[in-house]
Amino acid sequence: MNSNSNETVKLSSELDLDRPNLEDYLPSGSSIQEPRGKLRLRDLLDISPTLTEAAGAIIDDSFTRCFKSNPPEPWNWNVYLFPIWCCGVVIRYFILFPVRVLILTIGWIIFLSSYIPVHFLLKGHDKLRKKMERSLVELICSFFVASWTGVVKYHGPRPSIRPKQVFVANHTSMIDFIILEQMTAFAVIMQKHPGWVGLLQSTILESVGCIWFNRSESKDREVVARKLRDHIQGAENNPLLIFPEGTCVNNHYTVMFKKGAFELGCTVCPVAIKYNKIFVDAFWNSRKQSFTMHLLQLMTSWAVVCDVWYLEPQNINPGETAIEFAERVRDIISVRAGLKKVPWDGYLKYSRPSPKHREQKQQSFSESMLRRLEEKDGSSVLVNARVGISNILLDSPPSLKLTATAADAVFSLQSLRKSLHFTLSFTFSSQSLSEARRRPTPTPSQLSQAHRRSTSAHAVEALNSLKLAAAGPYRL
Amino acid sequence: MGSASSVLTQYDIEEVQEHCSNLFSQQEIVSLYQRFCQLDRNAKGFISADEFLSVPEFAMNPLSQRLLKMVDGLNFKDFVAFLSAFSGKATTQQKIEFIFKVYDSDNNGKVSFNDILEVLRDLSGSFMSDEQREKVLRQVLQEAGYSKESYLMLDDFIKVLSRSGLKMEVEVPVD
Repeated sequence: MNSNSNETVKLSSELDLDRPNLEDYLPSGSSIQEPRGKLRLRDLLDISPTLTEAAGAIIDDSFTRCFKSNPPEPWNWNVYLFPIWCCGVVIRYFILFPVRVLILTIGWIIFLSSYIPVHFLLKGHDKLRKKMERSLVELICSFFVASWTGVVKYHGPRPSIRPKQVFVANHTSMIDFIILEQMTAFAVIMQKHPGWVGLLQSTILESVGCIWFNRSESKDREVVARKLRDHIQGAENNPLLIFPEGTCVNNHYTVMFKKGAFELGCTVCPVAIKYNKIFVDAFWNSRKQSFTMHLLQLMTSWAVVCDVWYLEPQNINPGETAIEFAERVRDIISVRAGLKKVPWDGYLKYSRPSPKHREQKQQSFSESMLRRLEEKDGSSVLVNARVGISNILLDSPPSLKLTATAADAVFSLQSLRKSLHFTLSFTFSSQSLSEARRRPTPTPSQLSQAHRRSTSAHAVEALNSLKLAAAGPYRL
Repeated sequence: MGSASSVLTQYDIEEVQEHCSNLFSQQEIVSLYQRFCQLDRNAKGFISADEFLSVPEFAMNPLSQRLLKMVDGLNFKDFVAFLSAFSGKATTQQKIEFIFKVYDSDNNGKVSFNDILEVLRDLSGSFMSDEQREKVLRQVLQEAGYSKESYLMLDDFIKVLSRSGLKMEVEVPVD
C-alpha cells in the first residue's frame, strides 16, 4: 500500500510537468454542502454527503464514460433482417476486405518505391526532397483512408504552411491523424508506439517532422518542449498538429486539454473531428485492442464517415492564462463537434489522481468544522449592508441560475467570478435593499461564510451542473 | 455470471432483488450489472480495490479507503446489497445502519470515541491536528450527553441522525 502510493506520487510528479492542474479547473472547496450554524454531534456523524458522492462514483462516473466504446446497435436481431445482414457480412469480409487489402498493398508499393529513392538520392536537394516526401506521406494516408472507404467531409479553409501556428484537434483514434494528414502533411506530436506503428513513426513520419515521446518519461518532456519551440519557428516546417487531450476519447466527450500547446505563444487553429457511428465506432480503445485490430475492424466495416472542421484561428487574449486559453479552444471544438466537456485529465487513465484533490476536500471539511466550532458562542451583531447583500446573493435563485448557466457555457473560474460580480451588482440594485431589512441578523462569521459560499459554493454548483450535463441523469 | 456479454435471467434478477430487499427495480439491477461488468475488467466476478480506484471520482473521495474495505471483492449480489442503502426506496433506518457500519470498522456493534476519531481523520486529513479533532469531538459528544468513554450503539445513531433529513440517494441510470 505504502510503496504503491509512493509510486503514484512519483508518477504524478513526473506527469505534473505537462498536466493541467485540476485545481485550476475545480473551484476551491468540495461539493460537500457547507452547512451553517453551530456544530452538533449529528453534523459530525452525518457523513452522508461524502458517502453519496462515493456511491455515485461507483454507480456511474463521467470519467469512465469518456473511454467507453459504444459499438453500433446490432440490427440483425430479426429473422427477416438476419439474411440481409449475412449478405452484408459476406460482402464486407470476402469482397470489400480483400479489395481494401489490395488497395493498401498497392499504396505501400507505390509509396515505398518512390519514397526510398527520394529519401536517399535527393540528399543534396533538401527543399525538393522535403516537398516530395510531404506529398508522398499525404498519398499513403489517402490510401489508408481509401482502405476503409473513408467518407470525409472537410469544412473550412485548408491549413497552410506558416510559422508560429499550431493546430489542435480532439482525439478519438490514431486514424484522426491519418485523416488530417491526407489533406495536409502535418507534423504531429504523439505517443511512441510499439510494433509496426513505432517503426513507421521512427522512419517515415520522422521525415515530415513528427515528434515522438514516451508518456511516462519525464526526460522526454523537456526534449519535446524544446523540439516544439524549434519547430514552430521554422517557416519551411510542416504545420504542427497537437492532440491536447493526450489520449483517445470516445468522440462523445472532451477531457481537459494539456496546456503545452497553448503556451507556445503562437496562433492556435482548432480542428474539430466528429465521427458518424452509423457503420463503425471509430474510437480506438487502446486498452482493449491493438491498433492492428482496430484497423482491421475499420477495414471490414462498410465505411468510416466523418466530418472535419478547420475552425477560426485563435490567439491568446491579453491577461488570459494558458489554461483559460486552452479551455476557450476546447469550448470552440466541443461546440462544433457536439462533444460534452468533462473536467477530467485524460492521463488519469494511466495514473491515479494525485492526493492533492483529496486534500482539497479534506481542507474544506476541516475549515468548515473549525469555523463552526468557533461559532459556538456566536452572538448576533449589527446589521451590515454588505452582509445583507451577500446573504441575498446566497439565497436568490436568479443569481444562482445565472452563474450556473454562465459557468456551463464557459467553464472557467475566471469568467465565473466575473459573472458573479455581475450578478452581485444586479441583485443588489434590483431587490436587495428592501429585503435586507426583513432578514434575520447574520453574525460576522456568517459574513465570512457567505463570502466563501458566494465564490466557492456557486462554483461548485456550476461544476456539478456541468458534471451532470456530462454524465447524464444521476444524482440530485 | 461473469463476462460482460452474459445476460441476467429473470431468476437471477429476482434473486438479486430479494438479496437487496427489493430496494432496486429490475431495470436498475440490469444497469448495475452492466456497470459491475464494466468495472470488473477481466471478468473475475468481483471488483478489485484497484479497479474501484480507477474511477477518479471515487479515488478522490476522502472515505474511499474505508469504503474499499467494505466493497473489496464483493460479488454482484453483495455489491448490489451494499449500494441498496443509497436507493431512493431505502428507509432512513437502513441509511443510518449503513453509516453506522462505516463507523464501526471492527464490526463489534458499537462505535467508540476512537472509531469516530478515525473517520474524522479520514475526512480532515492533515488540515486538523489530532488535538483539534479530539477537542471537537469531545465537545460535541458532551453537548449531546455522551462522554469520551461511552460507546455509541446503532440506537444512538438512529436517535442522533434520524431527525436531520438524510439526503443519501443515488439514482441508477436506466436506459
